[in-house]
Amino acid sequence: MRRYLLQRVLLMIPTLFGVAALVFFLLRVAPGDIVELKYAGTGAFAPKEAIERERAQLGLDRPLAEQFVSWMWGIVRFDFGTSMWTGKPIADEIRIRLELSLQLAIMATLIAIALALPLGTLAAVKQDTWVDYVVRVFSIAGLAVPSFWLGILIILVFLIFFKWLPPLTFTPFWVDPKANLMQLLWPALAVGYRYSAVATRMTRSAVLEVLREDYIRTARAKGLWERAVVMRHALRNALLPVVAVIGLEFAFLIGGLVVTEQVFNLNGIGMLFVESITRRDYTMTQALVLLVSFAFVFVNFLVDLLYAWLDPRIRYG
Amino acid sequence: MAQAQALTTLAAPPRLRRWAEACVGFARARPLGAAGALIILMMALAALLADVIAPYDPLTNNYAAMFRPPDALHWFGTDAFGRDVLSRVVYGSRTALWVGFCSSFLGTTLGALIGIASAYFGGRTDLLMQRLMDILLSFPLIVLALVVVAVLGTGLWNVVLAITVPMIPRAALVVRSSALALRQMPFVDAALALGVGHWRVIFRHMLPNVMAPYLIMLTAFLGQAILLEASLSFLGLGVAEPTPAWGLMLRGAAVEFAERAPWMALFPGLAISLAVFAFNLFGDSLRDALDPKLRVA
Repeated sequence: MRRYLLQRVLLMIPTLFGVAALVFFLLRVAPGDIVELKYAGTGAFAPKEAIERERAQLGLDRPLAEQFVSWMWGIVRFDFGTSMWTGKPIADEIRIRLELSLQLAIMATLIAIALALPLGTLAAVKQDTWVDYVVRVFSIAGLAVPSFWLGILIILVFLIFFKWLPPLTFTPFWVDPKANLMQLLWPALAVGYRYSAVATRMTRSAVLEVLREDYIRTARAKGLWERAVVMRHALRNALLPVVAVIGLEFAFLIGGLVVTEQVFNLNGIGMLFVESITRRDYTMTQALVLLVSFAFVFVNFLVDLLYAWLDPRIRYG
Repeated sequence: MAQAQALTTLAAPPRLRRWAEACVGFARARPLGAAGALIILMMALAALLADVIAPYDPLTNNYAAMFRPPDALHWFGTDAFGRDVLSRVVYGSRTALWVGFCSSFLGTTLGALIGIASAYFGGRTDLLMQRLMDILLSFPLIVLALVVVAVLGTGLWNVVLAITVPMIPRAALVVRSSALALRQMPFVDAALALGVGHWRVIFRHMLPNVMAPYLIMLTAFLGQAILLEASLSFLGLGVAEPTPAWGLMLRGAAVEFAERAPWMALFPGLAISLAVFAFNLFGDSLRDALDPKLRVA
């Protein structure tokens, strides 16, 4: 087990290195760069020397390999450099936004689990009744409704019926917990709906499968409450695939964050990512892609660990 | 139903008849999948016949008719430029289906070829391919698509490519595992013993035998591709104005004028949801029919 873990962690390093190299060179293959974009934005005439000077300042005139090595050397020391657009350290720019996105992601996940476990179990226990159908429609719709549209609908409803608009500034949790939760609840719901839909489907089919097992019949035969049978015997054994889904769907969670932050005007990682791409801010884009990919790989690793912990039969070797 | 079936039985040549029977059988056994297929068919028709169906030109501005609520003239109302929303939704199906089909076809096909080649050659090639796919798989879907857009820029074909690239490793992973079992089959050895070349073995002997997972991946990706195109366009990093695209119609003005013209935000979103819903229904049923055990991430 320990050897397996070590292997997994060590394998993450070349993979993430590959991610870094791929993004670095891909971005620089593209024609045009941030300096041209900046001058094009001002509309002023840009003398060639000025452009060259600015490129040199950003280090864009150096050979690609040299730029790459110096970037990598920085990352090894946890120094991500400075944003090409604002000139501020990337670590700071990300830190002030990470809190918001992280909270949103956690809230969305919690909402998804809180909806999926009871709904999925209920649908399985009441299979082929109207309860089951309602839950199935709810979850199949969740896969189809884009989170940004759901966000727009939520805003529409609030605007038309309550004359409420999403606030322009973010209130951190420790400043005003109630305002913070009110602000993030709706975007979290928009992001979490798809998550909960997938998890609900998985819970339903897993519980259905478990309910056919012999030990469920035994539990019922010895006169156990139906409630105890479902909660303690069925649901607990059905949790594994649900946990797996949470890891698999993490990629969609990121996608949901990127679009939903635009809808609700939240200045988080997703917004920063889209901005850095439209501004051709190479250093920022690189850092964000690396961060997100690391989070993705790491979450999947954690899910594998959780798997082994929940199911003692699973032995990685 | 029985009569129609009898008619096709009489008239059609055997090959077509087998197809017709398979379709009827599928519709009987899986009504939900058939419903999905029906919606897809209607959308495809709307896309093909957009010039006939759409009441107005989707690109013509009409400043005399801005923000018209839905009425007899404009069923879905008009947008900030006085363009007919219904016409734009109808023409938008062209963009959605085109991008969806192209990118899932390209992504699944390239992925399948890589997967088969990887399983067939094995050894170092396989290892190298797998590492490369691992790298591509550690990008969340939308992040890789956004990186490709950052490199290529926006526009219809670049969006197709941006959606294709993240599909490739996912298809390669699934097809490789089917191809690995295939590699051990006697008919592959037989073909090799006859002196058939590598690529001929791959194309003629292995590719036809991974059709089930291939088709399953293809349909599963269609809905995702449409959703991804809508997301990219919504972010302003997909199809460019004034091309009618559902995601683009939800961008900017739709939220800005939400109070004045909620229909602008309502109908394109409904269209996206319906399209993805239909493809998911159809894809799920197809998977159940072809290979219920296959898991598509």
